Order: sequence, then C-alpha cells, then structure tokens
Amino acid sequence: MNQAFHATLRPIHSRVIIDLQGEINAFANQELQAVYEQAENGASKTIFLNFEQVSYINSTGIAMIVEILKKARQSQRRIVAYGLSEHYIEIFDISRLSDYIGIYPDESAALEANS
Amino acid sequence: MGTGFLGLKKIGRLNIIMETSMTTWLKKAWQMLVKGSDDNLAKQSASEFLDLGAAHVIELNIPPSDPLLPYLTRAGGPVSLSSLDFDSPVVQSLRQAGVKIVVPLINQGELIGLVSLGPRRSAQEYSTDDQRMLATLASQASSALRIAQFVKRYRNEERERERMEQELRVARIVQERLLPKQAPDLPNWKISAYWQPARAVSGDFYDFITFPDGKLGIVIADVTDKGIPAALVMATTRNILRTSAEHLVSPGQVLAETNNLLCPDMPMSMFVTCLYALLDPINGHFIYANAGHPPPYQRGNNELAELRARGMPLGLMPDMVYEEKEANICPGESVIMYSDGLLEAHNPEGEMFGLPRIREKLAVPECGEALIQCMLGELSNFTRPGWEQEDDVTFVCLDMLSYPYQMSGGGGEEAERLLTELVIPSEPGNEKIAMEKVAEAVQGLNFSSKRLERLKTAVAEATMNAIEHGNQYRTDTPVHIHVIASKSKLRIEVMDYGGASLPEPETIDLESKIQGMEPPRGWGRFLIKKLVDEMNDYTDGTHHTLELVFYLPGEKL
Repeated sequence: MNQAFHATLRPIHSRVIIDLQGEINAFANQELQAVYEQAENGASKTIFLNFEQVSYINSTGIAMIVEILKKARQSQRRIVAYGLSEHYIEIFDISRLSDYIGIYPDESAALEANS
Repeated sequence: MGTGFLGLKKIGRLNIIMETSMTTWLKKAWQMLVKGSDDNLAKQSASEFLDLGAAHVIELNIPPSDPLLPYLTRAGGPVSLSSLDFDSPVVQSLRQAGVKIVVPLINQGELIGLVSLGPRRSAQEYSTDDQRMLATLASQASSALRIAQFVKRYRNEERERERMEQELRVARIVQERLLPKQAPDLPNWKISAYWQPARAVSGDFYDFITFPDGKLGIVIADVTDKGIPAALVMATTRNILRTSAEHLVSPGQVLAETNNLLCPDMPMSMFVTCLYALLDPINGHFIYANAGHPPPYQRGNNELAELRARGMPLGLMPDMVYEEKEANICPGESVIMYSDGLLEAHNPEGEMFGLPRIREKLAVPECGEALIQCMLGELSNFTRPGWEQEDDVTFVCLDMLSYPYQMSGGGGEEAERLLTELVIPSEPGNEKIAMEKVAEAVQGLNFSSKRLERLKTAVAEATMNAIEHGNQYRTDTPVHIHVIASKSKLRIEVMDYGGASLPEPETIDLESKIQGMEPPRGWGRFLIKKLVDEMNDYTDGTHHTLELVFYLPGEKL
C-alpha cells in the first residue's frame, strides 16, 4: 500500500527542519518543492531534512533531492539530512548525494554538528 | 353490343369499367389481362377505357361469406344477374351499377376474376352466341390472368428474397464484428482462429478476453441450429459470457452463471455448447470448463490428449455445475479447439468425418494457421468438390513456442525453479507491489537484510522503468516479472513491451545535474546496476526484458 507523502516545516531556534513523512516518489514532488521553497524564505543558511518517517525513496525521489540541491546551490544554502535508514544511506553514497549533503544519524547529532 | 363492364376480382375487389364498345372493350380487356392483374396496371387500363369517353371504374368488395362467390365458382359460364334468387349485397351493388351479366374467370377450380357487363346497346338480352363468345373469352383470359398472378407473386417473392438477403448480409457484418478482429499477440505464443459459417450467419463463435493480470480467456461455442435464430442466441451468449468472465475467475463458475442467465430466455429446443478456458501465458497453465462442446486436444511430443470436463450445454437447465480441469501447456505443445462442423461433416457416401480422423490428422507437424489449413484441406478432400457445408466450422489453436523465461535442469546446467511470477498493471506506484511480492518470494533464500533492501530497490526501479518507459503506462500492457532461483543465483526477469534494447547506464555526473547542465532524473538503471550482481538486457524486438541477477550466499561465481 502506497503511503501518502507529507512535508512540514519546523523552525528550531534559528534553523529550519523539514520533517518528511511517507514515500518520496513522483507523487511527493509538488509538496516537497513547495515546502523547501518556504524553508528558503527564512534566514537559516542550513536546511535540515528529517528522513526518520520516510519509508521509501525511489529514483524519482532522488531526482527531487537533486532538484533541492540545485536550489540550495543557487541560494547558497547547505542541506543536511538525518534519520536515513542504512539502505538509503547506501543509496545516497552510490548516487554521491552524500558528497553534497551532510548525513547524520539523528536530529541532535545533525543540529550539534551544524550549530 | 353497346355497353361493357369489366370486373377483375383481386382479393375481393372488383374494378368495373362501363360504357364502351364491346370490341374495344374486349381488346383492352385482353391487353389488361395479359399485362397482369397488378392493381396499377388495372387502373391504368381502366383509365384508358375512361379515356374512350364512356367507361368508369367501380370498386366492390366481395366478402368471402357472400354466396355469390361459390355460385360463380360452380357456374361454368356467364351468369345473368336477373337469374340470381339469393340475397347478396354484392349482387345488389352490381345491379345498382347497371350490371346485367357477369362472366367468372375460373382457373383450376378457383375464381380468379370476374368480367361484368351492362345492358346491350340494342336493349336486347345477351344472346346465346354472346354468352358463348364471353365464355370463350373468359376461358382464355383466366389462363392469362393466372399466369399474370404467378408472375406478380414471383416478382414479390423475388423482392422479398432480395430484401432478406440484404438483411442477412448486414447481419453477417454485425456478427463478424462480434468476433475478435485479430488473435491476441502474446509473447512466446502463436494464437490462431478460423470461422466459416454454413449460411450467411452462424451459431458458432469464438472469443478472446484479455485480463489486466495478463491471463487470456478463450471461448469457443456452438449454438444449436444455424442462420438467424442461432446468430441471435450467439450474440446474447457472447455478451453474457463476457460479463460473467469480467467478475468471475473460475471457468466453471463463468459457465454456471452464463447458463443461469441464458436459461430463462432460451427458445425451446435450442442450447449452446461452449468451452471456456483461462490461459496463463507465462507458464502455460490452462484451466478449462466445458458445457457439452467437443473436447479440445492437447498435442505435443507425439502425444495427443483429449481435455475432457463434464458439463451440460448452456441454456437447457438452470443451476448446473461445470467441472473444472487443468492442463499445463509446454513449449512446442498446442491446444486445438474446434466445433462439430468439422466432426460431423459427411462425405457423399454419408460417412462422418469423426473423431478418429481428427486424431489422425492432428499428427501433422504443422501448428497454428498451417494446422488449421491442413485440417480444412482434409475436410475438403473428405467431403469432395461440390460439398454443401452442413454446419458452421470453427477452429481455435494455441501454440506455446517457448517459455518467457529459460527453465533449465539437464545437460549439466543448474536446475532452476520458478519462485513466483507476477503481472503488474502499468500504473504509477505499482512498482512497490512488485517490490514487496518479490521480497516475499525470496524469503527462503537467506538474503541478508542489506541485500534484501538492495533487491527491493532494484526490482522497484526495474518495474518503474518498465511501466513508464517500456509500456508507457498503457493499461493493456502489464509488466511480467519472473523470479527464478537456482542453487547459485537468483534471477529476476522484468519484461515490458518496449522492444528496443536500452544503453548501458553511464556514470552520473551529479555536479552537472546540480548546476542544471543535465536533467535531475535518470537514476533508475544506474542505481540498479550498482545494487545487483549482474544486470542483463534482452529484447526480441517486441518485448524488452531486464534481468537482475543476485548471487546467492556462499556461492562464488
């Protein structure tokens, strides 16, 4: 059964976290890009992507993350990810996304490393 | 003779022409009679009389109960109205119209017309000579009139026949449109059909029903009788069966429901024999039920097996149960279905084509259309030239050419077993169904959780590519997936209808994508290649198969 995707902004101190939930596939694109653009409206130079509640990412989802990296490059933002499963960390390594995204096991580690 | 009246009885109606000279009247009357008794001709001739200045037409209806009719039939010659002593409304009318004498036109004992005459101009009574002449005229005129009536009837029948033939031509076109336009094109299968009605329209029919899961429903049926009644029952049966097959899977249940829906409206003494089968083209699994149709044959490797299943013909009695049987068709094997038009064809000596001859002729190596043509050739030789086809003839042949996947086992190769086969509709998001089902199928292979996750992602990506690029989301072209294991490896074949082979995935330049110099997409085959132990592409020009290979734990290849 496909799980619907939701993305919500969560400001924490001076930084912003995008909590991702469900499956990151073609159906998620519109909401993900819209929420990311909202995140860029803030002053935070680092945008955190929380993958703890993400059950599935397919190649279209990878392309959507590339799209976010492209926007981040243009707006001089840094993207940080945490909560990825071991498998999706491997996918980020294979795709070399991990060269462009800081990857941390959980939120506290991510926030601490990017304080 | 001064005044003449002509009366032509046609379906109880009299046309009376008055006031003309006897000579002219006789000539005109003769022309009219020879031309025929057509109402229009009669009126046209009557008008010609009227043009002479003195004639006119009076139409009279003579009821069958009027005593005048039997009297005239027996009279044997001209009848003077003054001599009639029975009460008859028609006689009254004739008298009022001035008629003095009537001359019946009798042919083969039947009154087919009537010549009516007014008083002579001389005011004298009609003489014996007059009456003899009229009798002679009536004798000749009645023959001509009868011929004219036959000609008219023939023309009417000819027009009716042409109308019916035209209707039959239209009915044939309508019926042909109810049959499949072409046999299904299934990978690794050759499916052929032939249909030849004995008359313009047929009680035989065949049908192919494709299902979203890739299975194929096959129908061959024969309605008792031939021609229009059989064709009407055929159309009804086809529609009911299709409707039942849409919501029922079991062939036995499909026939049972079709039977129950047909029974209330089936004409007396009519019924339908019908074979319904469900074929899984992936593995040749063939489930069938039979409502009294000649059993099909499974042919392969010099063996011929009759595929029997018990069941009453459709439309005879409600609440029938239809036995369901199964067969497995292997590569190189065929299933041949036929109607009794072949079985029960007779030669000039009255000998029937029969089952032994069918079995003998099926020994030929041909398959598909060649086999059908071979059987038709045998039928033609048997019945000999000039044979009038007795019954509709229909064939359906299924030939499995090879497995979509290569099962091995002998010759030193490792034995393979099919763990599962899937047919996935080409809809967005369905790659997850494939991913989960393949994961279930490999549970017994001791994959580590890490490798299982790799397998799931590879299967999902391969399926997504097949849905999107290979099948382009076409609902009639599902993705076929076979999961096949041997001792040393697991092979997952993902087949679509894309045909063309795909290029080897290149290393992706992520920096270019981030800079916007390349599109962000295009990760699928790259990821698959990185996640599996081998990735192979195959194509036959119509279908594209991506093979994902995982070496099994403990095996070094």
